[in-house]
This record gives sequence, structure tokens and C-alpha cells, in this order.
Amino acid sequence: MAEEFEPRIVAFLCKWCSSAGADLAGVSRMEYPPNIIPIQVMCSGSVSPLYIFSALSHGADGVLVSGCHPGDCHYIKGNYYARRRLALVKKLLEYIGLEPQRFQMSWVSATEGIKFTQIVKDLVRELQPLGPQNKLRRKF
Amino acid sequence: MKRTGVFVCHCGINIAGTVDVKKVAAELAKHPGVVHAEDYVYMCSDPGQNLISKAIKEKKLDTVVVACCSPTLHETTFRNVAKIAGLNPYRCEIANIREQCSWVHRDRSKATQKAISITRSVVEKVRRNESLEDVSVPVTKRALVIGGGIAGIQASLDIANAGFEVILVERSPSIGGHMSQLSETFPTLDCSQCILTPKMVEVAKHPRIKLMTYSEVQEVSGFVGNFKVKILKKPTYVDPDKCTLCDECTKVCPIVVPNEFDMGLTGRRAIYIPFPQAIPATYTIDEKACPGMFDTAIACGKCADVCKPGAINFDMKPEVVEVDVGAIVVATGYDLYDKSMMAEYGYGKYPDVLDGLQFERLLSASGPTRGRILRPSDKKEPKEVVFIQCAGSRDPELHWPYCSKICCMYTAKHAMLYKHHVHDGQAYIFYIDIRSGGKNYEEFVHRAVEEDGVLYLRGKVSRVFEDNGKLIVWGVDTLTGKQVEIAADMVVLAMAIRPSKGTEELAKKLKIALDKDGFLAEAHPKLRPVESMTSGIFLAGAAQAPKDIPEAVGQASGAAAKAVAILSQERLFHSPTVARVLRNLCTGCAMCVNVCPYEAISLKEGKAVVNEILCEGCGTCSASCLRNAIQVKNLTPYHIQEMIRACLGG
Repeated sequence: MAEEFEPRIVAFLCKWCSSAGADLAGVSRMEYPPNIIPIQVMCSGSVSPLYIFSALSHGADGVLVSGCHPGDCHYIKGNYYARRRLALVKKLLEYIGLEPQRFQMSWVSATEGIKFTQIVKDLVRELQPLGPQNKLRRKF
Repeated sequence: MKRTGVFVCHCGINIAGTVDVKKVAAELAKHPGVVHAEDYVYMCSDPGQNLISKAIKEKKLDTVVVACCSPTLHETTFRNVAKIAGLNPYRCEIANIREQCSWVHRDRSKATQKAISITRSVVEKVRRNESLEDVSVPVTKRALVIGGGIAGIQASLDIANAGFEVILVERSPSIGGHMSQLSETFPTLDCSQCILTPKMVEVAKHPRIKLMTYSEVQEVSGFVGNFKVKILKKPTYVDPDKCTLCDECTKVCPIVVPNEFDMGLTGRRAIYIPFPQAIPATYTIDEKACPGMFDTAIACGKCADVCKPGAINFDMKPEVVEVDVGAIVVATGYDLYDKSMMAEYGYGKYPDVLDGLQFERLLSASGPTRGRILRPSDKKEPKEVVFIQCAGSRDPELHWPYCSKICCMYTAKHAMLYKHHVHDGQAYIFYIDIRSGGKNYEEFVHRAVEEDGVLYLRGKVSRVFEDNGKLIVWGVDTLTGKQVEIAADMVVLAMAIRPSKGTEELAKKLKIALDKDGFLAEAHPKLRPVESMTSGIFLAGAAQAPKDIPEAVGQASGAAAKAVAILSQERLFHSPTVARVLRNLCTGCAMCVNVCPYEAISLKEGKAVVNEILCEGCGTCSASCLRNAIQVKNLTPYHIQEMIRACLGG
């Protein structure tokens, strides 16, 4: 049997909720696939669209941005900006022909270790059948 | 060329059990710019820290990465090690290879590869870090305490006795909270008011406590050490300095509304004093009830006519007071769960179905019956009383899943005191479990059973209904497995404890979080139980979780100690990882100014300028800037780009 495709995913996690939620998943010894590489940012609101394009152009097969639940932002309203801004990015990526599964947003609080685990599992499962992302990968 | 050192921790087998730490160190040693890489069993131990310190000095390292547990645990530790070794602490970063790697994966080779990727990306980040100095700000040496119940009173007294000014804000006309309504307190049966009122008086007389009753927090801005608070002072229409407490006004007031202090068991006038020992000792006109206050003013003014000192002033206006404080204690307390939610127990339908606080008022010597237990319906002494515990608590399907914690004890107290008043009566208690953890608490419950013959029935009540002047209680005794029917004269519900009304709105103003049940969330459930997630704001009492008096007082003293730790500093230090404007790139479009949640950015001479004291470093500004002209120090788009490149190996 051919080995299953292992997507490489870059995850931008906000320090206060999603990264803490991912920490809780660890503390609770939950298990999820190792395909995801976390980059901790202060707030999902600081995630520039360029970060997403950069990750895709460097060969990421998927990108996840995760922040505090709307209304619960540590910085009051950063995640609202993220939500609006990244919704546009998502539309743009779909417009240029990227599979919608490759860029996802989620809201994971510091107490939602289980939810974080599930999100990663689902993301990997959705990306596996798509194979490598070549559309935006830099070619040189 | 940078000289980076990488230190990989085994954390015993916590990391080394899944990740090949030797391989991580060996791979990182090959990474450009890394001049030193090693692994050690416990980096956070003294020998581990010494090893980092020694390498910094001997290998002349200018940046350090420690691959270990989450930065929330040991970032401070390792940054201090760097500082002591002569390195700027902001040149040390943590790669989280435990919580976000070794603990969540099983496949050793994949986990190792992931740990390498994470560490590489952090190496690329730290290489671009600059040396930063903490931003220092002066501290306002004054505290705000919100809520004048026992927790707020205790916190205020502790802070004031430590030598700092306190502003105590209470929204009702008197301090004292629910404790002032209680009759006796478990497990000693101390009279509640007798132990509370000396503290209330101490607050009123304290030279460093400014008491603001009938006032509410309207707006909070600023940050630890430097909060700005707007407080709305509602008009009482009575000048407390002139009022002599002669009580002539209430005798002529024609309006009667339910008395909150007696939980609606009695009425009060529109002009009233909540209870005789109220602090401040003065009257208040309830503007919602007073006919002189309606828009279509019916000229009443009877109270003003009889007031000899002329204390009544109908022209009093609401007033907004602005204060600066360095720390805030939130002690907003609890309310009982809305009884109308428990229709199956007949509350509201039958006057003799009461809640715990109403029963307290019946027991209280200052209550509507002067401490005699009489049915509200016919003023007769009830001979059979059924107490129902967990009314709304421990019921995830219909009401609240949590345990309200204090009801087991106060119901035992109620049943005991009932027997002390009505010797030939019988008390029944329906319970799920008896939770009597606490000093002398278990003995107290035993006393209720053994000395006062209280009958405990393990089970729930399905229905309460009236039949022929009796309240019929249908329940089940799960120990005998039989259905139980009791014809009672009175039913007392131990309603669930809820955060007091308005807690959610206040939490939004303070920017502090609520837990899943609506109580104020502590920063850490075990190690930071009195702190909120917002620095400088502390929690005390039942606003954080249901708790009894000793626990509320203990937490209040804890919160006060935390507040004093801030107020006793001359200056506070603030993270220097704040936004910076690259003036040559800035076009003055003001997009950053508009998105900043802290109003920390302004335009000066056509360019954005950051107030480093207000900036929290969230970076929302940087994502909105079209030219990367505003960036958070040590986490610029350049840092992130390089991290992305390193972790994807491109």
C-alpha cells in the first residue's frame, strides 16, 4: 500500500487562547498528527495576509490561523479584524483556484485542548486526499 | 554573523521519551549561525541553567534558544539565566517541543522531525531579535474595590491598613452585601450582623477608605498601575450630612414596594434605609418608585415637608467621578438563581415556598417576623418543613452543572435553627450528597442530625403542589428505593448560586474573562486563583465561584495582598515588545490608528506615533499596514517570514 500523503501545515496560533489550548492538549496528553508546525503570534489580529501567502509559497500544503473566540480576544477586538481580513484572504485564495480546505481559520480557547486536537485531525484528513500544494509554491 | 546557542531539554522522559533529543541537538548544530548545541536532562535545574550560562560566556553566544516546555512555564527562567550571564533577556527564546510536540505525538521519527522544525524556526527568529529594555511606568498608589459585601469590605480594609488609599464602590445604598441579610453563620452559629457590622463601621471610619455607595463603575481604561475609572454616582436625593435618621419621612411616604433586604417578604417605602445598621447611615429615595420623580411629576414631596433638617433635595443629579487607581479588586458577589426557573417546586405560586435567603430573613432577629418562624401565607408556625438542596445546581440537563458548594452547610444550619425555634417541628432535607468539607463542618451536619433530629432523605424532589392547605412534596428516597410523600407546611429551596446581576457587563468593561458558567475566570485554576487574566485586576469572593464566608474573606485578603504588591512598587515594568513606526515608510494613512484596541497610536506631523506605555504589543496595527511601516519589536513580519521559511525547510 502506498504511504499516505503527509501534508505540511503551518499554524499561526495566538499566544493567549489557541497556543494555550494547544498546550492544554499536550498537558492532557491528547494525540494529534505531527503534520502541524506551530508559530506563536501575539494575536490572530497580527496575522498579515502576507504570512499566509508566504507559507503557501514556501511549500506549505495547508495553513491554519487560530485565535480566541470572537468576543473573548485578549486584546479586546484583534480577532474581529482577523476574521474580516482573513475571510477576504480565503475568498481570494479560492478565486485563484486554491482548494478551500488549504486555508482555514478556527477559534480555540485556552480550555479547548480537545477542540484543538480535533481541528488538527480534521485538517490533516481533509488535506491528505488533495496531495501536495503546487499552485502557489515558488518554483526555481 | 550571529553566534546562537541551542539547548535541548529532555525533561526526563517527557520530551526524550518521544523526541530524539540528541538528534535535535545534532541537527541544530549544523544550522547556519548555530555555534553551540547540546542536550541535558533537565535544563531548568540548577546544573542545566549553569550549563547555559557557561556556554554563553565561553562560546560568546549572542542569542540563545532553549527547546523545552511551553514558554508560559520557563520563558522567564531562561531569560533570567541569559540576563545573569550578561545577555539581553530578549535575546533568549523558547521552542515549545513538549506541550506542542512530544506530549501529543507517538511516532518518534516524525516527532523528532517536528521538534527540529520548531527549533529551527525559533533559531531564525531569535537571530533577528534586538536587545530591548523594559518600559517603565509610575504606579498610582490607590486601589479600587468593586462590591461592598464581605469580600470587598475585607479587601478594602486590608489594602487600607497596608497604608494605601482605597475607593470602595457599591451599587446599592449600603455596604454589607448578602452577609448582612443572614441570621446566624455556620458552623459556629455566630450572629452574622454581629460579626459583620464592626467591619462595616471600620470601613466607614477608615481615613484611607473612600466609600462610594449607590455608585457603579461606568468605564475602565488604562493598564496595571495606571487605570482610569469613571464611576457613576447615582443621586440618593438625601443629603447624608443633614439627615438625622429621625425616620419621619418613611411615615408619610405613600408608596410601598417590595423590600429587597427582606427578599420581598415585606414592603418598604420609596424613601428608605435598607436596614438599621446600614453604612452610610442615611436614607435614599428610590427614583423608580417615588411619584415625585416620574416624568409627569405628581407633586408629592411629603417627605421633604416633614424633614426638619431639610436633607431632601429633589434636584440632586447623577454625577460621574473620574479616579486614577493602580490596582482593582472585583468582589461583586452572587445572586440566587432565578426561582421562576423552578416552576416544578411551585415558587411564585405558593407563598410558603421560599428560597434560602428568604428563610434567613425569617430566622433573623431583624427580619420581618423578629426571628419567629411563621408562614408568609397565614402567619402560623410551620410544623413540617421540607428543605430541598441542589435546586438548580448539579443539574446539567435543565439548570446548572456545578455544585453551589455552600447549600449543604446552610441547609443543615436552617434545619437546625428551625428546630431551635420550633421544638415540636420536624425538618426534612432532600439531598444528593452531603458535601461538608471544611473545618468543623462535618461535625456541624452531625449535630443537625443527632441533636436536632433532622431527617435527611437522599434523593430528589419531583414536584411540590398544594392540597388542602398543605404543600405536598413528592420525592424519592434512593436509599430505601421508595417514593416519599410529605405534607409540609413550608418548603425551602437551596437555590443555585449565580454571579450577581451585571457581572457580565462589568467583566466587559474591565476586559476580564468569564468562565463557562458566567463566574469571573481566574488566571490559573490552581496557582493563580485570585488574579484575573488582566494584570492588576484581582478577584475576591463569590463572583469567582460559589464560596462561603471564610473562603471569601481568605480570597479577599489574598487579592488585597496581590494589589498591595503592585501599589508598593515605585515603578512597574511593561514588556518592551511593543509596536514601532518606521517613519520613512509611514504615509500617515491612519489605518493603524483606527484598529488599535488601546488607542496607543496617534498621528503627529503626518506620521504614526506609538505610546509605548499604552501599547500591549498585539500587532493588529502591523497586519493592517500596507507598507510594513509599523511593526512589533522582535516579532516583525521579517521574523515571521524567516520562521516560516525555516520550519518548511525552504
